[in-house]
Amino acid sequence: MKPDDLHKEITPEKLYFSRRKFLALVGTVGLSAALVACGITTTPDTGTASTGSLVTDTPVPDILTPLDTITHYNNFYEFSTDKGSVADLAVNYKTEPWTLEIAGLVEHPGKISVSDLMKTYPAEERIYRLRCVEGWSMVIPWNGFALHKLLSDVGVKDSAKYVKFTGPDDPANLPGQNSAFYTWPYTEGLRLDEANHDLTILATGLYGKILPPQDGAPIRLVVPWKYGFKSIKSIVKIELVADQPPTFWNLLAPDEYGFYSNVNPNVPHPRWSQATERRIGELKRRQTYIFNGYGEQVAYLYDGMDLVKNY
Amino acid sequence: MNRVKTKLFPQWLIHLAALTPLLWLAGVFLIDGWGINPIQYLEKRSGDYALVLLLASLACTPLRFITNSARFTQFRKPLGLYAFAYAALHLLLFVGLDYGFTWDEIIPLVLNKTYLWFGLAAFVLLLLLAVTSTQGWQRRLKKNWQRLHTLVYLTGGLVVLHFALSIKGNIFKLSGEVFWPLISMIVLSILLLIRLKPIRSALRRLHR
Repeated sequence: MKPDDLHKEITPEKLYFSRRKFLALVGTVGLSAALVACGITTTPDTGTASTGSLVTDTPVPDILTPLDTITHYNNFYEFSTDKGSVADLAVNYKTEPWTLEIAGLVEHPGKISVSDLMKTYPAEERIYRLRCVEGWSMVIPWNGFALHKLLSDVGVKDSAKYVKFTGPDDPANLPGQNSAFYTWPYTEGLRLDEANHDLTILATGLYGKILPPQDGAPIRLVVPWKYGFKSIKSIVKIELVADQPPTFWNLLAPDEYGFYSNVNPNVPHPRWSQATERRIGELKRRQTYIFNGYGEQVAYLYDGMDLVKNY
Repeated sequence: MNRVKTKLFPQWLIHLAALTPLLWLAGVFLIDGWGINPIQYLEKRSGDYALVLLLASLACTPLRFITNSARFTQFRKPLGLYAFAYAALHLLLFVGLDYGFTWDEIIPLVLNKTYLWFGLAAFVLLLLLAVTSTQGWQRRLKKNWQRLHTLVYLTGGLVVLHFALSIKGNIFKLSGEVFWPLISMIVLSILLLIRLKPIRSALRRLHR
């Protein structure tokens, strides 16, 4: 689907809410991990092509965070450290055309435009909770495609063990990159099996609309069981590598931000409570669940690992 | 000559300056309800105001040295008390609004987060200084009152540390959101350094 078509076919927020209720129902009946891994296809009542949603529920019902909130509360340090200022600063950031480079230990390295990518991999809808390490959370209906689709098409070599993601290096257009207190560009990484997990997506849209620049346009990672900063925005390069890659926040404060950074209430952070979180728009704090409530689907990835040591 | 200059700073201006943040917060509330994460916004702002007012209170004595006018000494106490008031609001917002007085969560939180130790210690000291700030206590404690109130220097250090450790990044490696904590550290250092004897007497000589 072309970006323009996506834009025309905006799904009303109300429809999202009704679908959300359906999903909540499915969730309470109890989804087995296997079924979830297959993906649930909801009725095609919306404009987005193939709307597959993967969600497990928390005991307190999850309600979609309004679009306006998602687009005006952004941790995007390339623009500003002030979450409220990013939307204004990013308004003129050019995200089209945009080329994504695939490099490293792959059979078919090269560059591909994001608009071609979006044609090759039709957008599915994924409603995910997003848990920021700062102790707040949202529920976001993303549009995107599973990263493993792209990885299998480019042919990952056996020697590859990790995936490294790199954000833009463009201080002329990204005011925050003029600060010497950070190691630019933003980099992130996943273990190959994490990257290949079906919950891991490359998102290109939000609420059935093209992703706005402040939310990481034109293409960003979403890994719902990890703290939000793992979900790197505005990706320019995906590289398959043999060794664990350096990551932005780990470079800045290794004691606080580990490579894995799985949502884990049992690993305290020096500043924010990880036992509870504030869902944006709510007054009372909510309990935080291990793997952000996606344990059924992802816990097996870490079998036998000490998650306190590998935070 | 200095008397004329300091007349520009009447006492009521101090009260106005210290209360302006509340008016500002009220205005912001009317415009956008304190944004998308209002509790975090209020926590951050109340902390900022407490820090700024404490630094302002600590600036009074250096200003006296520099201007050779005793007028500034009179601002020390109200500014310090306002700093305490904002700090109390800051703590109340954290305990009450953010964590809803859920002590079983708050107590472990305070125990395992270093930045909260510094913040809490600073608050206890501010409370002690505020309570003993009256003339009655000044009389009662005599010489010890002044000794007790030198604790404000320690309080300043604790507040700045609390701030520096509350940011995302690492203050010791100068990485992350360190800009404002760094500025406040520098300002505090200058304000304390000016009190050192050699600098003080040099300033005194200037006024002779």
